[in-house]
Amino acid sequence: MTRRAGAAGAAALLAGVLAACSLAGSAPALGPATGVGADTRRSGFDDMSAALQALQRDDTQNPGMLWVHEGQALWARRAGNGRSCAGCHGADGDSVASAAARHPVFDAETRRPLTLAGRIDRCRQRHLGLPEEGADGAEVLALSAWLAHRARGLPIEAPDDARLAPWRERGETLWRRRMGQLDLACHLCHDERAGERLGGAVIPQGHPTGYPAYRLEWQSLGSLQRRIRGCIVGVRAEPFAADADESLALEVWMRRRAAGMTIEGVAVRP
Amino acid sequence: MATAVRALIHVPRQVRRGDVVEIRATIAHVMETGHRPDSEGRRVPRDIVTRFECQLDGTPVFAADVYPAVAANPYFAFALRAERSGTLVLTWEGDRGFRHRETTALEVT
Amino acid sequence: MTLRRRTLVLAGGAGLAFGVGPARAALSPALVEAVQGWAGSAAPPRAGRVRLEIAPLVENGNAVPISIKVESPMTAADHVREIAVFTEKNPQLDVVRFHLVPANGRAEVATRIRLATSQHVVALARLSDGSVWQHAVDVLVTLAACIEG
Repeated sequence: MTRRAGAAGAAALLAGVLAACSLAGSAPALGPATGVGADTRRSGFDDMSAALQALQRDDTQNPGMLWVHEGQALWARRAGNGRSCAGCHGADGDSVASAAARHPVFDAETRRPLTLAGRIDRCRQRHLGLPEEGADGAEVLALSAWLAHRARGLPIEAPDDARLAPWRERGETLWRRRMGQLDLACHLCHDERAGERLGGAVIPQGHPTGYPAYRLEWQSLGSLQRRIRGCIVGVRAEPFAADADESLALEVWMRRRAAGMTIEGVAVRP
Repeated sequence: MATAVRALIHVPRQVRRGDVVEIRATIAHVMETGHRPDSEGRRVPRDIVTRFECQLDGTPVFAADVYPAVAANPYFAFALRAERSGTLVLTWEGDRGFRHRETTALEVT
Repeated sequence: MTLRRRTLVLAGGAGLAFGVGPARAALSPALVEAVQGWAGSAAPPRAGRVRLEIAPLVENGNAVPISIKVESPMTAADHVREIAVFTEKNPQLDVVRFHLVPANGRAEVATRIRLATSQHVVALARLSDGSVWQHAVDVLVTLAACIEG
């Protein structure tokens, strides 16, 4: 693992994000590109051992595929009112194949960002008459997994929606704010010290490219929100509620930070 | 939780007679070891898969006696020499009356 | 922070099954006893013919991919009947026992196991002629540094 110099690392990362935004064609003019050099962003996949990388890559072995297949079955399943996801969105979900790449989006109705899991949950309540589950509810998670799998290989889009800008900024502020008894901010580990070790583990940059992910620590699949909550508890801070503004802001920020990176489908992570 | 037990079986397609193929089977199961404490410090009781079997046209071709040290969502892969097409039946048994069965075809040309 | 312990692989070819060599850690008496109980014969299992593939450094002990391959023609006259895996420091030493038949064609199995801590993992094969062979690997298990729960 290469050791990254603290100050240079953060600057390089930001430059990489700006460069990626320019490449994606969605960023406003930011002046001469300073990030002409290589994109220094890495997925947590690159920080894993060969054995776990092989496990993720193989659809016949990746435990997350249990949820992907379940999601595929749920897509076609008719709810009590006779309707199904497939009924509106097509049997193979072609019309929503890139949904995982495009969310969170700004939702005019609630005037807040809407994550993919949030949209799935709302859609099921509204159109299928099913109960609310939350991002880590069994069926919403399986459907999220299936949609992430469908979007595998697509770049994360961070839509250049001005209405998301205040959420992005708030997310970045939270990313840089020290919190908890350990008094750590996300960026201290995941920007400045990514690639170094904490205990025996390599510190990843913390990109959402593989979520929902099968995390060995959970022995289960889990959402990005679950992972963020785990991180916050890890620094001994009170985690934000799942639907709190802070949770949405962080996710919007993390997506922007990862704009242009490739979606991995359901990842395996230690 | 969704009520149906989920399993993932991989049997290679386009198998020729005499090929030795790899069968892969994953089943969703928490594999609770019986050693973990719950949030109140009490031991969570053991709940694991204890046996996995595969039969080809009724003849046992593979079995595993499973202990708590097998990871959650247990995965097994084993080899099979393909002599002729047939039906593979994979079964799992475990604590608390757990039983699951998957049937899939082995197509040999 | 550097890793202080080095990975030790007790390879079959050297012929030392349970011995203590200058650069090798001995297997615990409990493990030796469990293995002997399974192997059943008076002589300790011989090193060789079995290859346990497992990462020497594991990021999370909850699901460690392993595969075991045994050299065998898998004929009616000469095949592997059983492959067993034991760990040294898990709460229970047994991990899994596979039952094979000649129809398998190859004595190769794979699964994912749990390792509670850094320890030896031993794979054994019982052949149709009654002989028992083994391969032990020393595995380092690291933990997530950021503890969630």
